[in-house]
Amino acid sequence: MAQPPSQPSHDGLERRWLGRPVERIEDATLLTGHGYFADDMPTRAGTLHAAILRSPHAHAEIVAIDTAKAMARSGVVAVLTGAEIKQDSDPFIIVLRQPMDQWSLATDRVRFVGEAVAVVIAEDRYIAEDAVDDIEVEYRKLPAVIDPMSATAADAPLVHPAVGSNVPSERHFSYGDPERRFAEADRVVEITIDYPRNSQTPLEGFVVAADYQPGEGVYDVMCNFQGPFTVHPVMSKALRCSGAQLRIRTPAYSGGGFGVKQAIFPYVVLMCIASRRTGRPVKWVEDRFEHLTAAIAAPNRIIRAAAAVKNDGLVTAFRFEQIDDYGAYLRPPMPGPLYRQHGIMSGAYAAKDMQIVNKLVMTNKTPSGMVRGFGGPQIYYGLERLMQRVAVELGLDPLDVIRKNLVPAGSFPYRAPAGALIDSGDYQTAIAMAERDGGLADLRRRRDEARAAGRIYGIGFAAIVEPAQSNMGYLSTIVPVEERRKAGPKGGNVAYATVNVDCLGAVSVTADSLPQGQGHATILSQIVAEQLGLDPHDIRCNMERDTQRDPWSIATGNYSSRFSSSTAVVAQMAAKKVRAKIAQIASQTLNVPADEVAFGDGKVFAKNNPDNNIRFSRIAGTAHWSPSELPTGMAPGISETASYSAPEIEPPNDADQINTSLTYGFVFDFCGIEIDRDTGAIRIDKYVTMHDAGRILNPLIADGQIYGSFGWGIGCALLEEFAYGADGSFLSGTFADYLCPTACEVPRPVILHMESPSPLTPLGAKGIGEGNCMSTPVCIANAVADALGVKDVKLPLTPARVKALMGETEKPPRVAAKAPPARAAAAATPGGKALTGSGAQTVPASPEVIWRALLDPKVLARVIPGCHALDQTGPNEYRAEVSLGVGIVKGRFTARVALTDLDPPRAATLSGGLEGSLGSTTGSGRVRLVPQGAVTQIDYDYVVEISGKAAAVGGRMLDGATKVLIGQFFQRLFAEIAPEAAPRPGPARTWWQRLLKFLGLQS
Amino acid sequence: MKPKPFTYLRPADINEALQALARIGEDARILAGGQSLLPMMNFRLAQARALIDISRLAPLAYIRKTAGEIEIGAATTQAQLLAWPQLGDATPLLSAALPHVGHFQTRSRGTVCGSIAHSDPASELPLCLATLEGKVVLRSSKGERVLPAAEFQTGMLATARRPDEVVVAVRFPERKQGAGYAFMEMAQRHGDFAICAVAAVVSGKTTRLGVGGVADKPTVREWSGLPNGELDDALNDFAWELGGTDDHHATAAYRRELVRRLGRRAIEEAAKCSS
Repeated sequence: MAQPPSQPSHDGLERRWLGRPVERIEDATLLTGHGYFADDMPTRAGTLHAAILRSPHAHAEIVAIDTAKAMARSGVVAVLTGAEIKQDSDPFIIVLRQPMDQWSLATDRVRFVGEAVAVVIAEDRYIAEDAVDDIEVEYRKLPAVIDPMSATAADAPLVHPAVGSNVPSERHFSYGDPERRFAEADRVVEITIDYPRNSQTPLEGFVVAADYQPGEGVYDVMCNFQGPFTVHPVMSKALRCSGAQLRIRTPAYSGGGFGVKQAIFPYVVLMCIASRRTGRPVKWVEDRFEHLTAAIAAPNRIIRAAAAVKNDGLVTAFRFEQIDDYGAYLRPPMPGPLYRQHGIMSGAYAAKDMQIVNKLVMTNKTPSGMVRGFGGPQIYYGLERLMQRVAVELGLDPLDVIRKNLVPAGSFPYRAPAGALIDSGDYQTAIAMAERDGGLADLRRRRDEARAAGRIYGIGFAAIVEPAQSNMGYLSTIVPVEERRKAGPKGGNVAYATVNVDCLGAVSVTADSLPQGQGHATILSQIVAEQLGLDPHDIRCNMERDTQRDPWSIATGNYSSRFSSSTAVVAQMAAKKVRAKIAQIASQTLNVPADEVAFGDGKVFAKNNPDNNIRFSRIAGTAHWSPSELPTGMAPGISETASYSAPEIEPPNDADQINTSLTYGFVFDFCGIEIDRDTGAIRIDKYVTMHDAGRILNPLIADGQIYGSFGWGIGCALLEEFAYGADGSFLSGTFADYLCPTACEVPRPVILHMESPSPLTPLGAKGIGEGNCMSTPVCIANAVADALGVKDVKLPLTPARVKALMGETEKPPRVAAKAPPARAAAAATPGGKALTGSGAQTVPASPEVIWRALLDPKVLARVIPGCHALDQTGPNEYRAEVSLGVGIVKGRFTARVALTDLDPPRAATLSGGLEGSLGSTTGSGRVRLVPQGAVTQIDYDYVVEISGKAAAVGGRMLDGATKVLIGQFFQRLFAEIAPEAAPRPGPARTWWQRLLKFLGLQS
Repeated sequence: MKPKPFTYLRPADINEALQALARIGEDARILAGGQSLLPMMNFRLAQARALIDISRLAPLAYIRKTAGEIEIGAATTQAQLLAWPQLGDATPLLSAALPHVGHFQTRSRGTVCGSIAHSDPASELPLCLATLEGKVVLRSSKGERVLPAAEFQTGMLATARRPDEVVVAVRFPERKQGAGYAFMEMAQRHGDFAICAVAAVVSGKTTRLGVGGVADKPTVREWSGLPNGELDDALNDFAWELGGTDDHHATAAYRRELVRRLGRRAIEEAAKCSS
């Protein structure tokens, strides 16, 4: 690429490459399929493969695990359970001193659907999965707690009984005098938010290949861990080894991270143990079902937000109560999402008084973890919905309310009440630019026209502050001041980069950012090329990381948008060291002082006389071939490593104020949406997003980050949710159930930029990759609230939810008999997977005959569909091996059936459950036999809960499948006791179609 | 997400396939596009001792116009049908519905007959077959029979196919002179299983509406000479008869609402296209 002319910049330095739209160096490799990912990395010959057995229950005691059959399968090398893991490892350390031990496999009980219970190590993955199905686990189900509010109740089932509560941490913070402000307010505006569980799902799941080297006691692990390296000691401590004995290597390319890849660490430990136990390398590749079920989720959060306001729209104080749901275990670095943005809880607003209550809640759901945005989507959903409500309740324009409350221009760096030091910005100008260049006036006109035409149209706004580069000490805000004093101050943020130059002047760079598609190599190339007068394409960046060979820091990794204010900065520092060295060497040859040496076009020259030059490669050669020629005292060779930690990142102070991040950008969004009156579907008419991320290092990459986070923001707003049944069954196990937006669903936003360089970081750049994760969901929600004039808007805004918000009542059918049987009225609410139903059938036999049949084990064995064997286990209690199926879906189960509440020959309760590799069910039904002359009417109703794989991947068919199975049972019962009445397959209707008609389940 | 062991058979012709099916019985599955079967096998929801792959049997890959019908062979992909130049003229309903069937990638492998044989209650092709009153051609080593859609489609993932039979072709009636057709569906994303799909045919005073995704199979109603003012009531009654089920994407009530609203829209559009 020809070197562009230099451009002036804010700091007066010449800019040849930084800030330019340099095309991504990574793209040719990735787009032509030449990228190699964790699963592509070579493993040693003889590597074994692991598959994991996971809990179908949200909460249960593990009574017994029988692995004999699995072990006996040919090709199986080992089966490990919690017992072995407890022998070989210590529980993971957690942030709180609470008895919430967790190992890499469940030990005595399971606490969420998908929790790892056993691991099979076999010659290949197919055999391993076959053997997983062979393992028999006996569970004793416990009541599960799913809803975070219910979890806080005094009588709630306890996720960790030793803690004595499902709220292991509650902290109260007060800044300024919020009580007084609320007392003096003209009005208090309140809103309660219920933010859902979701995650940004990477294309590539977790991959771990662990190879234990017994000679030195070293675990050599290749995995797609994304950092932060704070978790490296968590793993080595669990394995009872030193950090140097746990070598973590990460590949150069990644199929996406979004924070999620941090949660690989329990599996790293598990596979290390598996390798040590088997004496062979062990590889495990997470599949999509495992990922969605058990990898991670951003915490769902209840927020009770309140604003003290004056009648003119001025907010004088905020109050937030946050109840953050961490699922079954608190895995490091949790509860990050509750504290990572603590310092900036007041957002873009100038109110100085604030009260915060943070409660951390445990439930029987997948543990929460790092997900892009990291607490921000939740916080801003609360704050910006609240600001919209302030406008609505005061009858003001929402944008006017935002503007009235912004941190004033010219007041930066600005200290926010909870401690954030907002480095730079001009929010008023950003909004004015967005309003003008984004065409807000035109959008308002479109809204008015649409409304005049009877259409449902709304406009939403969101103003957010985008933090970047976390203060690694933020989590210590969770412990009271006294405890913090004892533990010592924690801040810290060390970054490392190395620039190497070989004897022909070839330049390579290594750095600590563990990129996952962001284009870090491109930007590092720009930075180094600029310093050394080279072309970015001359620079090779190796982004692999190896804890045994590279400089180690707790901050290493890809998270909290740390790259542009941390890794990029330190790479520039390393490049400057190389530059200084080369300038010094060249000054001897060029005969000018080192500070008059300039770089460009692959040459080193005298600044005032470019003809006096020498090739960059020659100087590099001197450093390697002729160390004796170097200036006195200069170290030979050219390889410079720099380290950097921003001084502004300080531990929390005694007033619980903390500067939780280094830089703070600004995002202002507005959008227009239209709702289809018939279907409730939302169409995004226009979306404008304005970013001030300080200095932009590469506008193509900056916009790419915005598109990415915007796309996920659309997903959060409209589609994505990890759904759980009331019993804790997980319902979103496939990409047909957990819906990610595709190109068809994501409109192209209008992207606008302004640049207020950060004075706190040498490049002036801030983060840009997380803003829309925080602004877009609430911006769309505000537009929907505006369109429908409603207060409570719950994400994701699915068409069914939006339609329900429209508050229409359903007209009954003209003939009541046309309504389906009572089961429809009693139907479960979405999310609850308790299936209920009822039916009736007339059978030409007396109640006594039917009764005898039901109580006769031999008859029961014939009546239970697909029954292979039935053993009586007690009075009217049976255990049966059954094969059940609907269409091509079939599974083998162990059924337990009991007949209780016997009222011979009138009524009985049939209860029990099924356990099998497809999942687990429990249910009960009351059967009543009502004599009607020569015949008997059998009335029944049932409640069935389904958990495990069937619930996770078959959600939309469960109701129908249950009906089919009940139909099968009754068909067999009729065939048994009244063969002449049993429907037979015919050309017009199949047996069960007719049966369903009999049962009143089908017209 | 690996299937249990199975035998893979690639017969040289349909007769060989039928013999293999007769020999192995219920544990054998016909593999055509595999877009539903293989994911279900990988999840171990479905198991097969043997897969009999008919996807490369060239004589089964055809689209043929015969006496008022379009016959589509078992190896014909959805993409091939969508690309058939006469599709819009011959069966406008299919032309409107096919773009909603999965995605570009899945249509390139998924077959028309496979989708109908799989009988997912939310699938578009079974809905079109039911609404147009098409036919299914089943063949076994013992012979061939042709079933009307209403007899073939028996419920959720269930059909009248016997274990030794292969769906060798489906037949869609050619467009009727003067009739108007419309297809609409509500899915959260393009290509998702429909929450509710509707197919309407309006011909003179007769209105037919097929609904998918609400009951356990596509269900069709026909009204003749319905006074305009009664359409909403008729649709409401139909919606209640279908009932609908709850899942975490939509409630039964929402599905019924779509029957009413989308049903009306589709009927109005079909009426516009009729003459």
